[in-house]
Amino acid sequence: MTTEVGSESDVKKVPEVQQQTAPASAEPSQEESPSDPEAAASLEPSSPPADGGPKKEKGISRFLPPWLKRQKSQSQDKPGESSAPPKQESVEAVQEEQEEKHGAGAATASTEQTEEEKSIGSADTQPVREEKSEEKEVETKEEEQVIPHEASGLSALKLNKKMKMVVCHVTLLDGSQFSCEVEKRAKGQYLFFQVCEHLNLLEKDYFGLSFKDNAEQRCWLDPTKEIKRQIRNSQWQFAFSVKFYPLDPSQLTEDITRYLLCLQLRQDIASGRLPCSFVTHALLGSYTLQAELGDHDPEEHRLDYISDFQFAPNQTKELEEKVVELHKSHRGMTPAQSDAQFLENAKKLSMYGVDLHHAKDSEGVDIMLGVCANGLLIYKDRLRINRFAWPKILKISYKRSNFYIKIRPGETEQFESTVGFKLPNHRAAKRVWKVCVEHHTFFRLVSPEQPTKTKFLTLGSKFRYSGRTQAQTRQASSLIDRPAPYFQRTSSKRISRSLDGAPVVNVSDYSQAAGAGENGPALELNSDSKSQQVEVVEEPDADAATSISSETAFETDGAGAPERKSKLRVQGENIYVRHSNLMLEDLDKTQEDVLKHQASISELKRSFMEATPDPMPSQWDKRLTGSPATTLRLQAQGSLEEELTSLFLSKACFSGLAGSCSTAAAPAEASKVSAPPASAEVKPEVNGQPEVVEVVEETVVIEEVVKAKPKSPAPEVPATVETECAAEVKEERSLSSDSDSEEEAEYHAQPPTTTTHNNKKKQEPEEEQEAVLIQQAPPSGIESQPITEAAEPAPSAEEEKPAELPEEEVHADEPLATPDEAPNGHALQAKAPPTLRAAPTEEEEPHIVNGSASRVEAEHLPQVICCSEPPVVKTEMVTISDTFAAQKTEISTKEVPIVHTETKTITYEAAQLDGNGDGEPGVLMTAQTITSESLCTTTTTHITKTLKGGLSETRIEKRIVITGDSDIDHDQALAQAIKEAKEQHPDMSVTRVVVHKETELAEDED
Amino acid sequence: MAELMSGFGCFTHAMVRAVPQSLARDALRSGGLEVDLLKVQEEYEEYVSVLKHRLGLEVLELPADEALPDCVFVEDAAVVCGDTALVCRPGAQSRRRETEAVKAALTELGLNIVEMTDESATLEGGDVLFTGREFFVGLSKRTNQRGAEILADTFKDYAVSTVPVQDALHLKSFCSMAGPGLIAIGSSEAAQKALKIMQQMSDHRYDKLTLPDDSAANCIYMNLPSKGDVLLHCTPEEFPESAQVFEKLKDHMLIPVTNQEKAKVDGGLTCCSVLINMKKNI
Repeated sequence: MTTEVGSESDVKKVPEVQQQTAPASAEPSQEESPSDPEAAASLEPSSPPADGGPKKEKGISRFLPPWLKRQKSQSQDKPGESSAPPKQESVEAVQEEQEEKHGAGAATASTEQTEEEKSIGSADTQPVREEKSEEKEVETKEEEQVIPHEASGLSALKLNKKMKMVVCHVTLLDGSQFSCEVEKRAKGQYLFFQVCEHLNLLEKDYFGLSFKDNAEQRCWLDPTKEIKRQIRNSQWQFAFSVKFYPLDPSQLTEDITRYLLCLQLRQDIASGRLPCSFVTHALLGSYTLQAELGDHDPEEHRLDYISDFQFAPNQTKELEEKVVELHKSHRGMTPAQSDAQFLENAKKLSMYGVDLHHAKDSEGVDIMLGVCANGLLIYKDRLRINRFAWPKILKISYKRSNFYIKIRPGETEQFESTVGFKLPNHRAAKRVWKVCVEHHTFFRLVSPEQPTKTKFLTLGSKFRYSGRTQAQTRQASSLIDRPAPYFQRTSSKRISRSLDGAPVVNVSDYSQAAGAGENGPALELNSDSKSQQVEVVEEPDADAATSISSETAFETDGAGAPERKSKLRVQGENIYVRHSNLMLEDLDKTQEDVLKHQASISELKRSFMEATPDPMPSQWDKRLTGSPATTLRLQAQGSLEEELTSLFLSKACFSGLAGSCSTAAAPAEASKVSAPPASAEVKPEVNGQPEVVEVVEETVVIEEVVKAKPKSPAPEVPATVETECAAEVKEERSLSSDSDSEEEAEYHAQPPTTTTHNNKKKQEPEEEQEAVLIQQAPPSGIESQPITEAAEPAPSAEEEKPAELPEEEVHADEPLATPDEAPNGHALQAKAPPTLRAAPTEEEEPHIVNGSASRVEAEHLPQVICCSEPPVVKTEMVTISDTFAAQKTEISTKEVPIVHTETKTITYEAAQLDGNGDGEPGVLMTAQTITSESLCTTTTTHITKTLKGGLSETRIEKRIVITGDSDIDHDQALAQAIKEAKEQHPDMSVTRVVVHKETELAEDED
Repeated sequence: MAELMSGFGCFTHAMVRAVPQSLARDALRSGGLEVDLLKVQEEYEEYVSVLKHRLGLEVLELPADEALPDCVFVEDAAVVCGDTALVCRPGAQSRRRETEAVKAALTELGLNIVEMTDESATLEGGDVLFTGREFFVGLSKRTNQRGAEILADTFKDYAVSTVPVQDALHLKSFCSMAGPGLIAIGSSEAAQKALKIMQQMSDHRYDKLTLPDDSAANCIYMNLPSKGDVLLHCTPEEFPESAQVFEKLKDHMLIPVTNQEKAKVDGGLTCCSVLINMKKNI
């Protein structure tokens, strides 16, 4: 361990090392890959997973020394094979390659924060990984350097590594090309600023950079995210264009801004995007001539002098003559005046600033959705058949390929109505949604929306417009104090050039005018998740009692527990589930409990954040206003579409709650431990306990799990995380502790990944984790032994149950498989740990629980590294697995850690069991699946008897999958499900609610 | 300085068509009322006189065609906006040929002529409300979606929104422009509903002038050089309450014009002319 620690510190200090390692590994992998068919095979199947893997690495990587990483990768690939450094490296390399291939879209944002704040080194590492094949050569060199054997000229290489530059080509509005070098990991913002600087443009908020995705659709480059992640495998080719067409161009401060807007409109007109009548074409064309050529000169300006200009899509001689005629009438007008006149007329055109999207209405009729400054316009052919002004719209959302707007009830109407439109595909639906979000924010809000409305359980894209609003940019513009910058209006040819050369992607004209200044009511911009899973776990009160005891234990172990409670105390009240106003009202829970829940959630969020830093402030925090935890920022990655939310409602299990809280904290702590720099951030609520200790424990648990897997009887397909977990548990009992097995467990743990993609992603993360575990394992095992294991047996029983569930879940979830699985997986994990633990201490148990989630493992890993301290204790692990990643194949790797699954650990249960002494495996009494039209409910009843107390615990876990095309009120459904569960089992308490919401991932995601 | 969409209500020419004798007996009507041809002709004379002498417009009068009993209502035959004239395709079979003479006359004026060749399209000018910034096209028994689409294709600069018309012959049977950004609207439920739709569909804000009588909401606004805002509206004899409403428009030159008899065949004030601005704005 000590060595490891040392390495870690080194890593931090010298970020470069990590980078080097990564690349290095890549090379070996290539070489070795052939030799390891198995490994390769395993990796190959999961192309999507590859993304996830990288993400995790990123998150965790900061804390891990390079060699650790290697081990991890190795373990993942071949659990059975222990640590052959070379092999490991090779494996990793393979992974990386995959990442490179798949991971173009890797999450940019998440890592960024962390990196910035914490360590440079990690940042470096990421970039390297992200680099495309193009850069591979460079990387190779670096890799070589990295390799100890080849230790020469490292410095030069290092430099290269740090600053991997890519040349971006930007087509400007005048048709010229602007090239600029940017760091591979640079955000969109950087490039955009470079362009604006080049153009000498200050009023830049109306503009943006766009690129064409693989489907040749124009996408806006999100300034807050890494370029590479957004463009994926596309060329680094962008177009600078107007994103928000100002309603009143005369209010722009500078002529240069107006000039650029003119250039954009000329393109729009010439391409036909902005339809005009003949007269309008002529008039606008004449202003163009006046602006670019000055006064008409009969001597110099023959009729053909305008042949280089394109004034209309179909330019006729008649039109040109008319243009010339009008040009003559503009004598004396300056270029700036001409531009102003051009704009004054162009802005009146009905399609000025309207961004059109093809769609179908509810009856399948082809229509066009036009997003503009004032709202949403509906066209059928060229006719406007409806219009929804922003004030009329309460909410916009998308789900799969559908786009919905919820309409405010009119004077005579009583209820709000929802109008749905069918887009060609999911990406199109998301695109129009994003455009709406941006336009609404820019034109209607004074400042970008602050997620003040706490949407506690809102899932889905967190995308928000992050730039300045029109009001803000106007204010900023009014402060511009510089002499009018000189700029040259390109000669006439430029226009035609731009048209020819620069692909005018579908232009999206965003609407202009409108109530710019007004503050509109905040819109709810939600992307709907595909399905929402709700797990309700009810435990008998008896459990509660038990749990209490366990709690104490926890507290003891983790000194921090008590502290936490006090911290957590907020004013209790209800957990507010937003979106649909679901109020998980208490179910008898005390305020403290509620607080705890919140805290645990917030902790989870934190852990997410740590794992993957997001540029954007997490909404979670805001949502959790009441809880102290709020301070922490969760990062909501824009890329992540799915969010998992788990609520644990345990009335009786006060202790249980505490446990969960602690668990949540544990991860955070762990992270701290692992990454000292990070720790400061992490601090959050939880930690009273020595982080190190916890880490150790966690590690141990993991190991156990691993063992279990190999033995695991539960053969069921990995698809269901839960199932796998169960298997692991059993194995654990057998006591086989193989690092390999762990990997698998984690793998499964990542539950969400029913999908191949998911699996891949998960695998990668897991691999890393596994590696860590292996190393840690020895120490942890030692420590753990000292600790008591009472709880273990019981957990195992529980675990089994979960295992079964998975299958069912899979069934129900089909579409959403990942999210559902995740929750289950967590639960399973939690249970499983105890069994494994038998040997290990109670503390370990909690860890185990957590362990199920891949994240946990990740966290553990870092922790392990940090300390080999005696296990103290409580490790509660919260696993967060990202469903998001799973769903998206493409989804960025970085996010991997994020994905949340929350596994809230519910270690307390295990603790109780411990108290009892026996850990008989629970007996599955009943398992039934009830499927109704819109809801799938799976009920599994497990009965677990504890030796000591002789208490029997009945645990009912309900998994409800809510799916629907229409705008289902998920919150409502969740509330109903919880209510029903309570009604059905009045003598039981709701211990936990895990909400897993899955949204269709947009492939284009960002 | 040339400017698009300026000069709402500016007209130099008016095209009208004489009253055929067949009108009394054959003109389409929803009420089944007896029409006094002489009175109709008197009203027509007064109407033309106001345009020509009172307002100084160049009046282009087409001869009546006995085969076309409704030909006096030229508005339905063409929509003129700027330098472009869209020759309509009336929904009423008996009126299809009204467009021939109208088209010829407009062509002679030098306007860009756009014809509706689509056999499935129907459009009557009475369903077209031009506000100066956009078009509203009433979808009625006489005008269909396709007709509206063609209008939208013809006047590309403007938004063209469709408005379902119920309980009335045309959209302009219960509304019209009474000034820039001022919509005269009837009080009936159908009229109010249509107004609501128009307001929802528009990016622009309109003031409304609500008139107790739907028919009275059909008035003619012009902005003439030397005369300012001019409004031809109903007479107190016809609609006393509505006339009082118009009289509150202090800034307008108010000219009550009798329309009692033509109303029996569903004719409004706007129906009897096509107003054209031949003064090249651009």
